Amino acid sequence: MSREVYERLVEEFPETSLEYLEGKDPAISVKADDLFEVARHLKEKQGYDYLSAVTGVDYPDRFEVIYHLYSMKEGPGPLILKVSASKEQPEVPSLVSLWPGANFQEREVYDLMGIRFAGHPDLKRILLWEGYEGHPLRKDFPIEGYQTIGQEESS
Amino acid sequence: MPFLNDLFVNLSYWIHGFLARFLPLWAADLIMMLLTIACLIVFALITIMLINWLERKVIGRFQDRYGPNRVGPLGILQFVADAIKMFTKEDITPANADRVIFNLAPVMVVVPTFLMLAVLPFGRGMVAADLNIGFLYIVAISSLTTIAILLAGWGSRNKYSLLGGMRVVAQMISYEVPMVLSALGVIMLTGSLSLVSIVEGQSRVPFILLQPLGFLIYFMSAIAEVNRAPFDLPEAESEIIAGYHTEYSGMKYAMFLLAEYINAFIVSAIAATLFLGGWQGPLLPPYVWFFLKAYAIYFVLMWLRGTLPRLRIDQLMGLAWKFLVPLALVNLLVMGLVATLTQGKGLFPLVLASLVANGLIVAAVVIIYAFAMRRRRQVEVAA
Amino acid sequence: MQTVETRLRTETITLNMGPQHPSTHGVFRMIITLDGETIVDLEPVMGYLHRCQEKIGERNTYLQNIPYTDRLDYICSMSNNLAYVMAVEKLAQIEVPERAEYIRIIMVELTRIVNHAVAIGALLNDLGCFFTPMLYALEERERILDLFEMASGSRMMCNYMRFGGVRYDLPPGFMPELKSVVAALPDFIDEFERLLTDNEIVRIRCQGVGILPPDVAVGYSCTGPLLRASGVDYDIRKVDSYSIYDRFDFDVPLGTNYDVYDRYLVRIGEMRQSVRILEQAIEQIPEGEVSVKLPRVFKPPEGDVYHRIESPKGELGFYLVSDGSTNPYRYKIRSPTFINLIVLPELCKGHKVADVVAILGSIDIVLGEVDR
Repeated sequence: MSREVYERLVEEFPETSLEYLEGKDPAISVKADDLFEVARHLKEKQGYDYLSAVTGVDYPDRFEVIYHLYSMKEGPGPLILKVSASKEQPEVPSLVSLWPGANFQEREVYDLMGIRFAGHPDLKRILLWEGYEGHPLRKDFPIEGYQTIGQEESS
Repeated sequence: MPFLNDLFVNLSYWIHGFLARFLPLWAADLIMMLLTIACLIVFALITIMLINWLERKVIGRFQDRYGPNRVGPLGILQFVADAIKMFTKEDITPANADRVIFNLAPVMVVVPTFLMLAVLPFGRGMVAADLNIGFLYIVAISSLTTIAILLAGWGSRNKYSLLGGMRVVAQMISYEVPMVLSALGVIMLTGSLSLVSIVEGQSRVPFILLQPLGFLIYFMSAIAEVNRAPFDLPEAESEIIAGYHTEYSGMKYAMFLLAEYINAFIVSAIAATLFLGGWQGPLLPPYVWFFLKAYAIYFVLMWLRGTLPRLRIDQLMGLAWKFLVPLALVNLLVMGLVATLTQGKGLFPLVLASLVANGLIVAAVVIIYAFAMRRRRQVEVAA
Repeated sequence: MQTVETRLRTETITLNMGPQHPSTHGVFRMIITLDGETIVDLEPVMGYLHRCQEKIGERNTYLQNIPYTDRLDYICSMSNNLAYVMAVEKLAQIEVPERAEYIRIIMVELTRIVNHAVAIGALLNDLGCFFTPMLYALEERERILDLFEMASGSRMMCNYMRFGGVRYDLPPGFMPELKSVVAALPDFIDEFERLLTDNEIVRIRCQGVGILPPDVAVGYSCTGPLLRASGVDYDIRKVDSYSIYDRFDFDVPLGTNYDVYDRYLVRIGEMRQSVRILEQAIEQIPEGEVSVKLPRVFKPPEGDVYHRIESPKGELGFYLVSDGSTNPYRYKIRSPTFINLIVLPELCKGHKVADVVAILGSIDIVLGEVDR
């Protein structure tokens, strides 16, 4: 099913570089600059009105943000969009204006992974407190250890 | 039986006679008064022990569990354990609280409660002060509680307490109106404000048969006056923690608790006096009847607490002003009419006419309500 | 809601329904801006129970993660187990024997009943019934937790499902006890309903409060009873059927007025449907194996997979990325209550403080799942 969606997308956006990735859950890989337009087309023209999950993954050479989209009418089978971001300055356009349900999820990806979302109305940490240093889910963040944040308490 | 019936009255005469033998009369009277006051205070403390135990057991049974059953047989010493806990708790005062008001509020809440005990007729001839403005005195004194609760909410310097205090003032002021109006129906029938005369006026028939609607209105308003469920929004535990007594701990909190329980008891006692015939009844001594009736009404209060959720503030106010006040006025009007028309014709026509009139008012209310519901549903469907 | 401009200068106050509060179902904080008693703005603050389970998941092996999923939504441990176990089975393409599938369905539907009973009890407790509905609800829950203990050894943190089946087969006394519990459940649900559905005060507190129109619900990615009470017919057990749900015959209750009262009715309806599924499962369950032999060192093939189930609170999904080693490379939990909370400020604006508690109770959050 996502093969047909991919074909339709390639017709609609010929100049963007979309790739079809095979696997147990086939996915479509999109460039960060085209993401907003492609997503808007998917929502309005192809009826993908339900954004299920926004995930960030830390690969050795890049960051990746993965969107799982479903259509209320069509039913089964997610449509998966994968967007890459660079390691030094990870930034991806925000999809909150299309799906308000992306609000807290993008904040969580920012909080735990450090990927910024351009255009998000209120991008701040959600699960950790303001003033926390570091992004725990990155691979270079240690699994165990003690961390002193801020100034030492003077007793 | 006559011996038991007049037990306390005879006891007080005997003590008075005994004292008058070697003391001047004014001293004997003074000592009798102090003894009466001491008796009332002891009675209040015993009542609160009993009420606390009853409340926890009864609500526990409603919730399909035993109440307290470890401390003493059937858990009857639980209150002693609670009292010891209250006495030994640390007395915390918030740093920014207004000290004078903060400390004054618990005292101001308890004092009116004890003052109200003075006019309750516990039995034939057993009333501390037979004021001829008995009921008016009670209404006036219970309004003092409102100010005290507002002081508690304000003095705590806490947003939650302030919210609770403001809600209480709104609620108590609103519900005094239907309470007084429905009691006016009873006063109209007896022609006197004194509680003793009201009880004696029910020697032939209790007023609940003559004014069932008045009783219901009085009952609902009384529950709202003493902040019990379903009108306990000011102390809504799940929303604003504990409302106006959030910041109080230890002995001061015990004062609020004392005031709340005894107020609830007093209000049930007054309902029993006004509508159920006070201490009158066959066979048993009068004071036993008084307590049975008061506790029967208190049981209904506990039943409501364990069962119903609470109303929101605007629904509460709407109920008072839009429903209870007009109903109480209509009740007063109709009862006055009935009483005048059947004057001098005897007992039976009075009862019959009252019941028929009440039935008509209830029927009218139901018809108007059904009509309004249908109108609202039509509006909703159209919208 | 219209506000009238007057000469009187009024200010808004900020109320903090702080982390410690009797009715926020855990450590959850809401910063409410009030104008009198009406809410102007609400900001939820969470993270007080954040344990970074996703990072812990990367450190653990696949098998070690199963007890950690119990602690997500600590009331429904069986369905959390199921979601994770099915995701790994999809990744490694493991077949599950028949009997194990039936046992899993029985456990998950019992969990659904437990969860809805607790949710309704907690909602009514917050409305002020002074614990009585909560204790009625917990009565039946006790019997179901005894069943869980019989099967898995623990009442709440069951840790019962494994890749390819379940850990132990059902003990001999389980089926008779299950039959008697299921026979008693319809009466229990009726008693519950009788106490509460026609109660006038419950109606006026819940009807017309927190209305969520269907298109807003879908836009905000709401799932579970919240979505179905807004009239959207989306139940993953029907739409994207997993396990053997297509063999059972059940309905999906929907709401018509999109308010708190409808969410309460939808939960009661779902409890009844769960009883139907349980009755059918008890009849159809076959004998056989309950688990599959797996290699000692479990290394699923490379790839990524996303699997979701209809947990009692909504759509619980696990996204796993595997790089061929014993530990997951990325372990992500799509938590339904975290995402259902996004719509909370929208629902509360214009209502009173007392309604916030009712609305939060109808969304039915558990902090273990919100914060992970």
